[in-house]
Amino acid sequence: MARVVVDVMLKPEILDPQGQAVANALPRLGVTDVSSVRIGRRIEIEFEGEPDLDRAHEIAGRLLANPVIEEYAVRLEGSSQ
Amino acid sequence: MSADTVEHAGDTPGELQPHLELGLSDDEYERIRQILGRRPTQSELAMYSVMWSEHCSYKSSKVHLRQFADKAPRSDRLLAGMGENAGVVRVSDTLAVTFKVESHNHPSFVEPYQGAATGVGGIVRDILAMGARPVAVMDSLRFGAADHPDTARLLSGVVAGIGGYGNCLGLPNIGGEVVFDPCYQGNPLVNALCLGVLPVDRLQSKAASGTGNVVVLMGAKTGRDGIGGVSVLASATFDDEAEQRRPSVQVGDPFTEKLLIEACLELYDARLVVGVQDLGGAGLTCALTETAAAAGTGMRVWLERIPLREPSMEPHEILVSESQERMLLIVEPDKLDAVLKTADKWGVPTTAIGEVTAPTTSGEPGRILITWRDETVADVPPGSLVDDGPVYARPMREPGDLILLQADRAETLPRPADPDALRETVLRMAASPNLCDKTWVIEQYDRYVLGNTVLAQPEDAGVIRIDERTGLGVALSVDGNGRYARLDPYVGARLALAEAYRNVVVTGARPVAVTDCLNFGSPEDPAVMWQFAEAVRGLADGSAELNIPVTGGNVSFYNQTGAAAVHPTPVVGVLGVLEDVSQRIPMGFGEDGEVIILLGETHAELSGSEWAWEVHGHLGGVPPQVDLSRERLLGEVIADAAAKGHVSSAHDLSDGGLAHALAESCMRRGLGARVALPDEFTAGSMPFLYLCSESTGRAIVAVPRGHEKAFTALCTEWGLPWTAIGVVDAHGRELEVRGQFVIGLDELREAWSGTLPRLFDAERAVGMGPQAEAAADAAPETEASESAPETEASEAAPETE
Amino acid sequence: MTTRIGVVTFPGSLDDGDAARAARIAGAEVVRLWHAESDLRQVDAVILPGGFSYGDYLRCGAIARFAPVMEAITKAVSDGLPVLGICNGFQILCEAHLLPGALTRNAHLHFRNRDQALRIESADTAWTSSYEPGQEIVIPVKNGEGRFVADDRTLDELTAEGRIVARYAGGNPNGSLRDIAAIASEGGNVVGIMPHPEHAVEALTGPSLDGLGFFTSILKHLAGMQK
Repeated sequence: MARVVVDVMLKPEILDPQGQAVANALPRLGVTDVSSVRIGRRIEIEFEGEPDLDRAHEIAGRLLANPVIEEYAVRLEGSSQ
Repeated sequence: MSADTVEHAGDTPGELQPHLELGLSDDEYERIRQILGRRPTQSELAMYSVMWSEHCSYKSSKVHLRQFADKAPRSDRLLAGMGENAGVVRVSDTLAVTFKVESHNHPSFVEPYQGAATGVGGIVRDILAMGARPVAVMDSLRFGAADHPDTARLLSGVVAGIGGYGNCLGLPNIGGEVVFDPCYQGNPLVNALCLGVLPVDRLQSKAASGTGNVVVLMGAKTGRDGIGGVSVLASATFDDEAEQRRPSVQVGDPFTEKLLIEACLELYDARLVVGVQDLGGAGLTCALTETAAAAGTGMRVWLERIPLREPSMEPHEILVSESQERMLLIVEPDKLDAVLKTADKWGVPTTAIGEVTAPTTSGEPGRILITWRDETVADVPPGSLVDDGPVYARPMREPGDLILLQADRAETLPRPADPDALRETVLRMAASPNLCDKTWVIEQYDRYVLGNTVLAQPEDAGVIRIDERTGLGVALSVDGNGRYARLDPYVGARLALAEAYRNVVVTGARPVAVTDCLNFGSPEDPAVMWQFAEAVRGLADGSAELNIPVTGGNVSFYNQTGAAAVHPTPVVGVLGVLEDVSQRIPMGFGEDGEVIILLGETHAELSGSEWAWEVHGHLGGVPPQVDLSRERLLGEVIADAAAKGHVSSAHDLSDGGLAHALAESCMRRGLGARVALPDEFTAGSMPFLYLCSESTGRAIVAVPRGHEKAFTALCTEWGLPWTAIGVVDAHGRELEVRGQFVIGLDELREAWSGTLPRLFDAERAVGMGPQAEAAADAAPETEASESAPETEASEAAPETE
Repeated sequence: MTTRIGVVTFPGSLDDGDAARAARIAGAEVVRLWHAESDLRQVDAVILPGGFSYGDYLRCGAIARFAPVMEAITKAVSDGLPVLGICNGFQILCEAHLLPGALTRNAHLHFRNRDQALRIESADTAWTSSYEPGQEIVIPVKNGEGRFVADDRTLDELTAEGRIVARYAGGNPNGSLRDIAAIASEGGNVVGIMPHPEHAVEALTGPSLDGLGFFTSILKHLAGMQK
């Protein structure tokens, strides 16, 4: 089954309270060498036929990510891109 | 590339600077050069551009806002008034409350969730800065047409944002309004109000007094939030990265704000701070200059000490960043350790960034000297940024279409002529987006947290217990009506005030203070400026007549899409006191057989009404008359009667008139009512007029059996007209108007409750419509453009002498 | 001797004051416990209040479970310490594996605050002995992530062992499996409840007084143990 993965992340300059909360909790687990944590969403899209990266880009840009504060990356599962 | 320094600025007087791009006129730029005796550095230019913006300088509104101080009634309750972060009103020997409403309109259009969330965060910090514990929030929201495709995106996001932030802060949301009108399509209004409580001796000052005291920054790290405008100053070349450098969207972190609240309150109680100021619009620049200017002192600030979220930030970016959840504290040196310890307990990053310096030896106020890695990037007199900004008496002209608009009266529109048509009208009104059940919104807000909410929406006013021991409480309502103000801004502002006042008095409370949020179009449009001036005049006159001062508020200009301004929309909050909160009067009918009495008089007043708009799409004529002495009388009678146990429920009449008030009072607790029309209102379309006219100064009350005579005698004694119109019927689950119609409560509720879920339930809200993308694309540009999309100026009080 | 009930405050706890008030109205002496301290100060029972501990940004309760106070509570629970987790407290108890299952995002995806009818299913726990089995009560519900989920085996077990303490009645506000509003640990000393009994203890501010029973129950339970 062809699968496209979309990773949605807050733009780097946008505050990520969720990541910050996790980073602040790590010392309690004894982890002290982490300087930053940022959290995003991973969305898996399965097409009926061949994976259509253009369509995936459209879906990501119009629906999955909020272009005001988020950016996204689209890739085929298993591919390096 | 190193920062632009004062020394370098002195050496390069001819260097071109982008003052126009920053919204500073040639004249304003020239004045800055005169003040400094040289060209400003990049950092200084950024500081002046934000402080002299409409946003912070209220340069267009100042000449009008003066009336609030000039006309204000004397009040020995007022501990802090306009010019402070929020007005503070004494409500007992030991307790005071502070409240203020503020807009976050444009950010909410760009990113509804974060825009609304940070709007709540900002107003909460204003309240915190006064020394108060925030105890409740309210919100007044206006969107475009309910069925416009973009409204679902905006409303869903805004409501979720207000809830997301307020719920996570643990503040009950106790009231507000949700209004739909096409004029707000491209420019929704998101006005948030916060209420705080403090012991009178915990009132905080923003003055950075005491030479040698430490300047402390507490709260979130500083990032590039909200620096859109000044990104033109970035020293890096403009390439793809430039877009990244200018995020205008501020992201709220309510958890950090909650910790900030607890930490600040602990510091206040331990008397560890000398002065405090929140960071809001214009960020650190505003906080540094206002605190110094208030004390006449100077400051020495080491900018590199400020914890940054992005290490590549430049000095001018740090100075104007609007990162949320930050406070500036002024602390005596020997108390710094204790301050840092408390901050650490709550996990709030806190850093000493500078110190207070002395006024000059000649007695002149001190200067703010800011260095960045040992280089001086700013050296300015703080007062020049805070108090000596430009002031404009902008041209004003009555809108050209107003005469024709006022001549087009709704009283001449076709009215429902028979009982069936009247029944249909009442149901249609109940289901209209503006009058319908707002549960879909309210349920997303926590109204119970803190355990002191006595009344919350849909009640007429929110009521909060502020002292568990004595039962002391306050009532609060926030109201506006853009249609009325469009027809007559002077009267419209007074109507908004009257409605908020009435909503407070029907709970049995006594009004004591006013706050306002003035939402208008571009002040550069003479017609808008005229509307603004008229509204301010109306509000100032009105508060004087009601004998309750305007204690502070907010001006929001540039609410328009292209050349089309929103309706002039003064939103008014009124605060009242209840000595014993257990005596509060709810709105819903509660006991079988109680007599329903209509207080006040009904005239043929349909212009600007909800009926004219909903049924005919009509806006014209002159709004209902306002008689503020009648509103006062209504308040006196209800308070007097409540104290004597003559009133078990009371509900104000406003949008939708008597019919809708009766419907709401029935549905609140599921009890029916039987109503008969007075003889003079039975013929022709008179029943409709009686039921749907929006005459002011009216309320319906339910009087317990056996109290009718005493209550009506009391009304007569006070000189308040009254009409016994019916009885509460707990058994018949219907609203009957004799000789006209009967509507079962189930049918009524179905009409009333179905509207918002039908419009906004999940599926519709998920996708971002084309409008959203347009907003997103437009965001950085409008933020940076010279004609800033919206400015939100704190109404500071121009000194009157 | 008065009963000492500890109310824990995490950073981001919001209903801690309300829980303390409710326990006081019921007649307990309230001891405030701080998340960073592992000393339980000889309390007889503990309430984990509602709120958004540590912002609840990752998963609700996920970070709070690692607080020092939780280590102490986890230890004491095995010795029978009664613990009531309300809303966020329930989420923390699940994350700490003191109760089974998990609380997930409401099915309709909205935060929802309403007056909610519940049916008390078990009056055998330390926190519900003041009620009658089958009794209907109305208390506020308010959450964004209150949908209780667990695998079928766990749900069957909870049902069979009588550990479903309360169910939603007259409409499920969040899509909770089997209408579950509250569950108990095997020993019955640990109870997690999503709605808020502490907001229904005063006529002036609550929809009813129906919530008070949780707080009177624990006093009754502890008094019984002392005999």
